This record gives sequence, C-alpha cells and structure tokens, in this order.
Amino acid sequence: MGKKSFALPYVVWMIGFTIIPLAMIVFYGLTDDTGAFTLENVAAIMTAEHAQALWLSLGLALVSTVICLVLAYPLAMILKSISKNRSSLIVFIFILPMWMNSLLRTMAWQTILSNQGILNLILEFLGLPAVRIINTTGAIIFGMVYDFLPFMVLPIYNVLIKIGQDKVEAARDLGANGVQTFFRVTFPLSMPGVVSGITMVFVPAMTTFVISNLLGGGKILLIGNVIEQAFTSGSNWHLGSGLSLVLMVFIFISMAILAKYDPEGSNVV
Amino acid sequence: MERTLINLVDISKQFGDTLVLDEMNLTVRENEFVTLLGPSGCGKTTTLRIIGGFVQPTTGKVIFDGKDITKLPPNKRPVNTVFQKYALFTHMNVEENIAFGLKIRGKSKDYIRDKIKYALKLVNLDGYEKRSVNALSGGQQQRIAIARAIVNEPRVLLLDEPLGALDLKLRQDMQYELIRMKKELGITFIYVTHDQEEALTMSDTIVVMNQGYIQQMGTPEQIYNEPENAFVADFIGESNIVDGVMLEDRLVEILGVKFPCVDEGFGRNKPVDVVIRPEDIILSETEPGLLDGVVTHLIFKGVHYEMEVMAGGYEWLVHSTKCFPVGTKVSLKVKPFDIQIMNKPESEDEMAVEIDG
Amino acid sequence: MKNAMKKIYLILMLFYLYAPIMVLMVLSFNESRSRVTWGGFSLKWYEDLFTNSMILDALKTTLIIALVSAAAATVLGTLACLGINRMRKTPRTIVMGMNNIPMMNAEIVTGISLMLCFVAFGITLSFKTVLLAHITFNVPYVILSVMPKLKQTEVSVYEAAVDLGASPVYAFFKVVLPDLMPGILSGFLMAFTMSLDDFVITHFTRGAGVNTLSTLIYSEVRRGIKPTMYALSTLMFVSVLVLLILINVRPQKKKDVIE
Repeated sequence: MGKKSFALPYVVWMIGFTIIPLAMIVFYGLTDDTGAFTLENVAAIMTAEHAQALWLSLGLALVSTVICLVLAYPLAMILKSISKNRSSLIVFIFILPMWMNSLLRTMAWQTILSNQGILNLILEFLGLPAVRIINTTGAIIFGMVYDFLPFMVLPIYNVLIKIGQDKVEAARDLGANGVQTFFRVTFPLSMPGVVSGITMVFVPAMTTFVISNLLGGGKILLIGNVIEQAFTSGSNWHLGSGLSLVLMVFIFISMAILAKYDPEGSNVV
Repeated sequence: MERTLINLVDISKQFGDTLVLDEMNLTVRENEFVTLLGPSGCGKTTTLRIIGGFVQPTTGKVIFDGKDITKLPPNKRPVNTVFQKYALFTHMNVEENIAFGLKIRGKSKDYIRDKIKYALKLVNLDGYEKRSVNALSGGQQQRIAIARAIVNEPRVLLLDEPLGALDLKLRQDMQYELIRMKKELGITFIYVTHDQEEALTMSDTIVVMNQGYIQQMGTPEQIYNEPENAFVADFIGESNIVDGVMLEDRLVEILGVKFPCVDEGFGRNKPVDVVIRPEDIILSETEPGLLDGVVTHLIFKGVHYEMEVMAGGYEWLVHSTKCFPVGTKVSLKVKPFDIQIMNKPESEDEMAVEIDG
Repeated sequence: MKNAMKKIYLILMLFYLYAPIMVLMVLSFNESRSRVTWGGFSLKWYEDLFTNSMILDALKTTLIIALVSAAAATVLGTLACLGINRMRKTPRTIVMGMNNIPMMNAEIVTGISLMLCFVAFGITLSFKTVLLAHITFNVPYVILSVMPKLKQTEVSVYEAAVDLGASPVYAFFKVVLPDLMPGILSGFLMAFTMSLDDFVITHFTRGAGVNTLSTLIYSEVRRGIKPTMYALSTLMFVSVLVLLILINVRPQKKKDVIE
C-alpha cells in the first residue's frame, strides 16, 4: 500500500518552499546591504519604537487568547452536549463564515463599533452611555477574538468529544460533584486541546498586522505592522527579516512553555 | 438469608419510543452476589445504571436500605461501579486513580496511603502505586478499576460486564479472584454479564432478563435445572426444546410418544414446552428405548461426544461419553426426573425466545 | 434551566460570529456608499458587480488559485501521506515536523520567507508565485485530514484485494482510495477555503497587477470599500449556505424514510 518514495515530491517541495525560504530570512536578518554579517537588524528590536510594538503585541495577544479560551471552552462543551448533528453544526458555525472574506468581516466590526455605529445606537436606545472603542487597543482585541475564536473552539471540542462519558460517570460514581468532576477530570483530560488552541490563537494574534490596521485606525503599531512596513513602504528587507527572526524566537519560546503544560509526558493534576 | 438491601419497585425506563424496562421489581439482599444475565438489549445494564444513579427511571422507585434514593445523584449514593471499559483517568497514575474518591471525601493522607496499599494488595498489584495506567495490561487496568471502587467502602459494588474485554484464560482467573475479593470484603455485588458460564460460576442469585422483563430469578442450580420457560432454557446452556402435550400428571406426550415425568399440576391435555438437556438423553444400540432414531452428526468435544440424532421427526442434540458413529441405529431414553415441563408463553410479551447476536 | 442557559449562550455566540456577516449583507443593499448611514434599499451594487471588471478579475484569480492550489495540494498531500505511512519513526517525525511549520508559523513570516526566496532566486513575483505559495500552505491541511483516515484503513483490506488477484494499482484505486475519499475530500475543501480566505501570504507573494479579492479589498480600505464588494460577498456566502443546506437536508430525509 504505497511506497516511501511517494512522499518524495512533497519532501522536495517542503525543502524548496519551507526550509530554504526560512533560511533566507535567517540570511537576510543577519546581513546588511553589502552582504556582510551583522547583528544590527536583530538588535533593532531594542529601539524604543520596536520594543514597544513587541510588548504591545505580546500583551494584546495574551489578553485575546485568554478571552478566547474563556469564551470557547463553554461553547465547546455545549457543542459536545448537543452533538447529535455535530459535523454539520460545526461546519455551519465555523467554516461557513470563512466564505465571507475575513478582511470584510473584520471591516464590518468597524461599522458596528464606530462612534456612530450600531453598538452605540443600541446602547443609546437602552439609555446607556456610548463607548469609544474604535481605533483603540480594545477594538483590536475585539477583532482578534472574533477572527481567532474558531481556532480555540475546534481543538478543544475535538478533544472533549474523545473523552469517554464513562470517565465523567466514574468521577461522579466516586463521589465527585459536577464542579469537582470538571476540574479534576474533564479539564485536565482536555489539556492537549487547550494547549493547541492557545497556540493557534496566540501566534496569529501576536503577529497580525491586518487587524491592527483595520480596527486600530493605522495609529497603533504592532510588531506585525512594523515588519510589514519594513518590507512594503520602508523597503528595508534586512531590518524586516531581523525583526521576523526575533518574532520567531518568541513563537518558539511560547510553544516551549506550552509544551510543558501538555500532559502527554507529565502528570498535571 | 440476610436482610433486604436494595429494592427496585415497579421500575420502567423508556428511551424515546423504546421501552427498555417494563415494571421491573427486584430485591437484592445484603452480602448477596447477584448477576443480571441476558442478551444485549435486555435491560440489564440499564438496571445497573439506575442503581448507580446514571439513569433516571421513567417510573418506579429505588429503595436502598429502606430509603428512597431514586432522585439521589451518583456521587451521593453508597454504591460504586466498575465500568465496562474500566474508565480509568488517563491523566493520573495508579495511586491517584485509587485515591480519587478518598480525596473528594477529604480523607487524611495517612488514611489514603493505607487504603491504597490495602486495595492494591487485595487486587494482587502491590507496588504499582506510581505506574501510569496507560502502561498497564487490560487485566491490570481491570484490577485498578476494582481497587479504585472498593477503597470507598461501598455497600454495594456494581460491575458492568467487567471481564468482557479480557481474553478467555484471564477471564476465568478473574472469576475466581472476584469470588475471593467478595468474600474478603463482605459486601454486596451486583454483576452484569451476557456470559452464562460466568453467571453460573460466581453468583448466589441469577436474574435472567430479556426484553425488559425478568424471565427467571433463582440460584444457579435452579436456573440450569429448572428453567421456567423456553428462553431461559435456551439461553442457559444447550438444550432440546420440543412441543409436548401434558396428558395427565406425570405423563407427557412428545412427538407422539408417551414419556413418564415428575411434573404435576398442569392439568389434562395441556400443550407445553418440554426441555431436555443434551447430557440427559441416554443412547443405546441394544436396549429398547422410548424413541428410535439414527445418528446424523458426530463431533468429538474433548470431555464428551456431541451427536445429533434424528428421531420422531426431531433432531435431538445429545452429549455422551460413548461414541456412536454416524448412521448407527440407536434408541433414546430419558429419566423422568430429567424432563423439564414448562408452560407455553401466554401473551405476546412473554414470547421472548429470540436471542440477539 | 441549565439547558436554557446553554441555548442562550450558543445563540449569543452564533450572533457574535454572524453579526458582521449580517451587517455586510445589509450594506450590500444600501443605496448610500456610507458604511454607517442607511440611504434606502437598492440593488445598484449588484448591477455594478456584473460590469465591474476589476472585481470580476479578482474573483476569477481568487477562484483559479483556490481551485488549482487545492487540487495540487490534494494530490501532493495524499501521495505524501501514503509515503509517510511507510516510513520508520525518525524520518516520519522529521517529515511531519516540517509539515507542521507552515501551520504553526506566523503567516507573515511564511509570506516574507517565500517572497525573499522568490526574489533571491530571480523568480518574478506574479500569479505563479501566489499559486506556489498557496500550494505550500495548503498541503498541511490535506495531510492533516488524510492521515487519520489512512491510519484507520486496515492494511489487511489492501492485502485481501491483492490476495484475491488484484494488481497493486487496481487494489489501491478500488479498495484503499474509496476508504480515504472522505478525508481527501475534506482536505480539499479545507485547502480551498483556506486559499480563498488568505490575505497575508498573497499580499507578500503577488506580483504587480495580480489581485485576489482579499488584496483588492485591502487596497481599497483607505479610500473606502465600494459596496459592490459586499454584494459579491453576499452572493458567495448565500450560494455556499444554500449548497450546505442542500447537502445536509438530503441525508436526513433518507433517514426518515428508513425509520
């Protein structure tokens, strides 16, 4: 049933389009215009402007990841409990919206959140004070949560449906009430899903430049914006590559931290 | 016998349109080993889950030691369950699994440690405290599941086909182990299985169920030797079930031949089902019997020969230590005591002879 | 009570996920070009759509890239799965690790790295480079959905077919492939959807004048997006919705008949 060599075209493809391109970033990041070795592009992260963008990205990504987790976990539990028509419901909830361009959907939040937008109309109707959220970090977090929520729900849901009902029943049988069962059995068993959900939200949230551009009014710079500008308007590819290297290091570190919480190898009680 | 511990009163359970249990009544005494036996879909697991608190009966009451516990959630019931596929917590090691219920109850560390030690000794797995449950064999996981349940000192242990996933040899060993543990613990066991041999080996009382009804309840000997209807006779061991007519007390006509028997009180000329176990038919080449026939099949089974004998228009299943080759003309004889007479089922509901799978 | 809470939460989340979509649909019928004021009902943006060559071109490019890249990724990915399945543990771990890079890595890094690579090797950024980039990030989705199906498929089924006289090729197409088909299909759909919705990687790898819907929208953001785009999105969304409903309603009817 197949031969090892069947994988050869893809292995070659990966070397050509994944490995070599990454090597190119390393090369550009560690050289200057003349091709000479330099750490300047990497060290550029220390400048006030870049460092601020990096910390802001980290902070916003962290906040939106936590919000996603808090919103997604109950949703995944509910989806599991009404799982009779599960596959089609999941498709309707998470895949279908992707058929409307994500840029447009993010843009639509501008309409909803803007100062004369729908949200404020509703608040006014309810006699509540208007909120000024558009073009703030709050709006960016709003967009991040909206865009990446499915990537938190799906892995958690996929793990939850594999936890046998008998394990929950066993905990109940041994005297645990609903809350104890959740914290001692269900949640620890769902950790692999939580960890992969966190990764899938944190990385794109930390590196986005689109959401900050659309909902931040172009005034709020995230590290993604800095890098993007280095390549498009700034045309300083070496600087952009150097900053990308730093970004990759941060991604690797966060993944390494998360891997520790993945109970595959260790016991997390 | 000891006093009543569990009383199921008029329990019915409906899942959607299907009636799984129909007004079932069952009494379990203290320190009894009760086995619920029946084919899949007979309602035995549902009965166990109602006692465990995982399923709410549609109607009826569960009385435990005189108190109505029908509405009590599983975590408040003085029973523990050994689940079919063990349901061990894979994110905990052996020790943490066993300690689970004790920690919930806030027992002291010393108490928990002693209990774990005792329980592991009981299930013959001393020293396994720190092992990962994923690294255990099926039989070992089974023992941990039992240990995890019994440390909580339940008054009743519910076992849901606990040996179903084990291979034959291990299953037989575990049967003896379970009997031993039951004796040591001195608590009530309610055991669910579809394996008649398991039920006969271990139980004090067997409850044979089919299609939501209790077909018969009694000691293993009663169930085997005096099945009350054709379903029980067919489900427990192999048997010849033939139509007969009870001519008068102690005389039944089978296939046009009069057989003396020991049953009384069926009335005159009443149609009945007659059960004759294969090992109770005596074959002879020389002596005259009640029926004459010809051996049509012969299989060597180790302890005995299994033969099929065509006689009186019925193919009789016969077990004998003597060998009669195919084609041999033989006579059949049955001792009056070995003929079991049963009433024919009266209503559609009791027509429950079909066995799933 | 508990069930009511669940329902309310589910409805709230659905509302959250679909609110922007509803807003865009409403705006597509707005006479006014403004995103905040309602100028009355109008179908003019739908009329404009069929004459707007820029949007129609972008749509064509988007669909061609999505279709071709998903198809290529499906073939490449399915073949790779068959090969990886035969590998020993170490090479398998290495290949699967490489496969995970585009999924785990930041899109911006993937996009930049491909762009740098194309430029460094003298490949002009164009339609083709976008296509190559899309194939690259699509294959992992195919592998992710085919691999589990392949693991479920018993080798004995293939061996039985060969034992019964089938040639290996015949056995593969008649026995193994049908088993994998659901995985392959969902991998293809996943890849198609991802490609359709991608902006970041396209943004960095496209050549001058090559526009997908995403890049066209992004370039219009500053001057304000023409509601024609909303009209197109509404049409796409509704057609997929109808398609999904048709697919999901049919098997249910079948079940009713059986019951």
